[in-house]
Amino acid sequence: MSTASIKFTPAQQAGRMAKHRRRKVVNVLALMLSLGAMAFGVFWLIWILVETFRLGLGGLTWSVFTEMTPPPQADVGGLANAIFGSLVMSALATLLGTPIGVMAGIYLAEYGQKTWLGHATRFINDILLSAPSIVIGLFIYAVVVARFKSFSGIAGVLALALIVIPVVIRTTENMLTLIPNALREAAYALGTPKWKVISSVTLKSARAGVITGILLAVARISGETAPLLFTALSNQFWTSDLGQPMASLPVTIFKFAMSPYENWQKLAWAGVFLITLSVLVLNIAARVFFRDKH
Amino acid sequence: MDTRVDTPITEKAKISVRDLNFFYGGFHALKKINMDLPEHKVTAFIGPSGCGKSTLLRVFNRMFELYPEQRAEGQILLDGENILDRKLDVSLIRAKVGMVFQKPTPFPMSIYDNVAFGVKLFETLPRVEMDERVEWALKKAALWNEVKDKLDQSGAGLSGGQQQRLCIARGIAIKPEVLLLDEPTSALDPISTGKIEELVHELKTDYTVLIVTHNMQQAARCSDYTAYMYLGDLIEFGPTPEVFTKPKRKDTEDYITGRFG
Repeated sequence: MSTASIKFTPAQQAGRMAKHRRRKVVNVLALMLSLGAMAFGVFWLIWILVETFRLGLGGLTWSVFTEMTPPPQADVGGLANAIFGSLVMSALATLLGTPIGVMAGIYLAEYGQKTWLGHATRFINDILLSAPSIVIGLFIYAVVVARFKSFSGIAGVLALALIVIPVVIRTTENMLTLIPNALREAAYALGTPKWKVISSVTLKSARAGVITGILLAVARISGETAPLLFTALSNQFWTSDLGQPMASLPVTIFKFAMSPYENWQKLAWAGVFLITLSVLVLNIAARVFFRDKH
Repeated sequence: MDTRVDTPITEKAKISVRDLNFFYGGFHALKKINMDLPEHKVTAFIGPSGCGKSTLLRVFNRMFELYPEQRAEGQILLDGENILDRKLDVSLIRAKVGMVFQKPTPFPMSIYDNVAFGVKLFETLPRVEMDERVEWALKKAALWNEVKDKLDQSGAGLSGGQQQRLCIARGIAIKPEVLLLDEPTSALDPISTGKIEELVHELKTDYTVLIVTHNMQQAARCSDYTAYMYLGDLIEFGPTPEVFTKPKRKDTEDYITGRFG
C-alpha cells in the first residue's frame, strides 16, 4: 500500500491511537496542575477573607462610624476621622487623577500613537505604573511636605493621584486602541471633526472599559498605606482642613494593629474589614459593569 | 500602462478623475487613472484583491488623508472642482461625498441619534424638522418600517443587514451628492444583500453611486457602468452590459469568466 493511500495500515492506526492516549494523559495532567495552582491561591484568599470578616465584624459597632480614634486603653472610640479622611483623600485624588489620566490616554491612543513623544510617554507611564508606592510617598514628601514644612491632606491627595494617573492612562489607552478603526473612519466619512469623533464615538464606545479602569484605580488607592505615611501622616482628631495632617484608614490600621492595646487592635480589624469590603464591592461593581457592555 | 476608456461615455460626468496616481509610502498603488463617472448612475469597480479599487474609492472623499504615509497626485474633479486641493475643507467634501463601509459601523448611540449625528454637524434643525429628516433618511434606506417603534434603542441591537442600512441612512441624512459603497454586502447574508442591492438601484435617482464589489453578479445586477481594475491600472471601463457580454480586453474577459482572479 502506498503512503498516499486514504486508508491507514494497522500499524499506522495503532500509532495514531497511542498518540491520542498520550495527548489525553498530558491534558489531564495539565488540568490537574492548573487546578492545583488555582486551589493554592484561592485557599489563602479565602482564609484572609474569612479571618477579616470574623475579626472585623466583631469589632464593628456603631461607634466605629461616630467616634474619633481613641487614646490607648480607652473604653470608647471609633474610626470616624480616619474613614472621613480616607473618603475625602481618595475622592479628591480620583477627581484630580481621572481627567489627567483619561486625557493622557486619549493622547496616546488617538494622537501620539506612533510619535516619539507618545512612545516616551507610554514608557514613562509603564515605569510609574510599576513604581513601588512608597517611592511615590517619598517623592511627595520631598517636593511638598519638606518644602511647606508640614504634613497635610493635600500632600496625601497628590500622592494618591500619582497612583491613580498611570492606571487610568493605561486602561484608557488600551480600551481606545481596542475600538476598531472602521468606526473612526465611519465617523470621519460624515465630515466629523477629530475632537467630535473622539468625544462622541470612540470614547463613548470605550466608556465601560474606561470607567472600569477608574474604579480599579479607586480600589487600589483605598488600601494604600505607604504613600500616606509620609504625606498626610495621621491625625487623632476630626479635620476637614486639607492643610493639616489627616487621618486615613490604612495608616490608622498600620498604627493600631502594631500596638499592644486591645481596643486599638479591635478597631484595626474593623478598619481592615471596611477597606476589604469596599474594595470587594468596587471590584465586583467594575466587573458587573464591564460584563453588561460586552 | 495607459488607461483606456474604450467606450466614450457621453453622459454628464459627476466626477472626473485626471491623471490620478496614488502611493502607500513607496508603493505605487494607482497608476495614472483617468475616467469620467456619470451622474445619477451606479458605477461598479471590480477586480482581484489588491487591484486598487478600494484605494480609488477612498480618494473620492479624501479618506486616505487619515494616514500620513498615503498620498494622491493628480486631480479629482467633483462638478469641476478639484477636491484634492488642500485648500478645500475636507469636512465639506465629505458632506457631499458619503461613504458606507464593508462592515456595519453603528455608533454607540440610539438609532435616531445615529442618523441625526451627521446632520447635526452641518445643520441646526428644530426638533420637528430633525424628526422628519431622520424618518426620510430611514425610509430612503428601506429601514423605517423595521425600526420606527424603537428609534430610541441602541443601533448595535439591530441585525447586520439592518445595521448596514442604518449606516446608509446615516450617510443619506446629510444629503450628499455622491455615495461611495465599499463592499457594502460582503459581511451580509443573501437576503440582506438583496435588500441593499435593491436600495442601490433606487438611490441612483438622487445620487451618483460608486460601489466596490468582489461579487461579479452583484456588479452585473445593480450597476450601469463597470470598471475593471488590475494591479493599480484601470483596464476597462464601460457600460455594464458591454463589459460583461463583450469585453474589449482579454484580461477583463478572463477575470469575469473566472479564469483568473
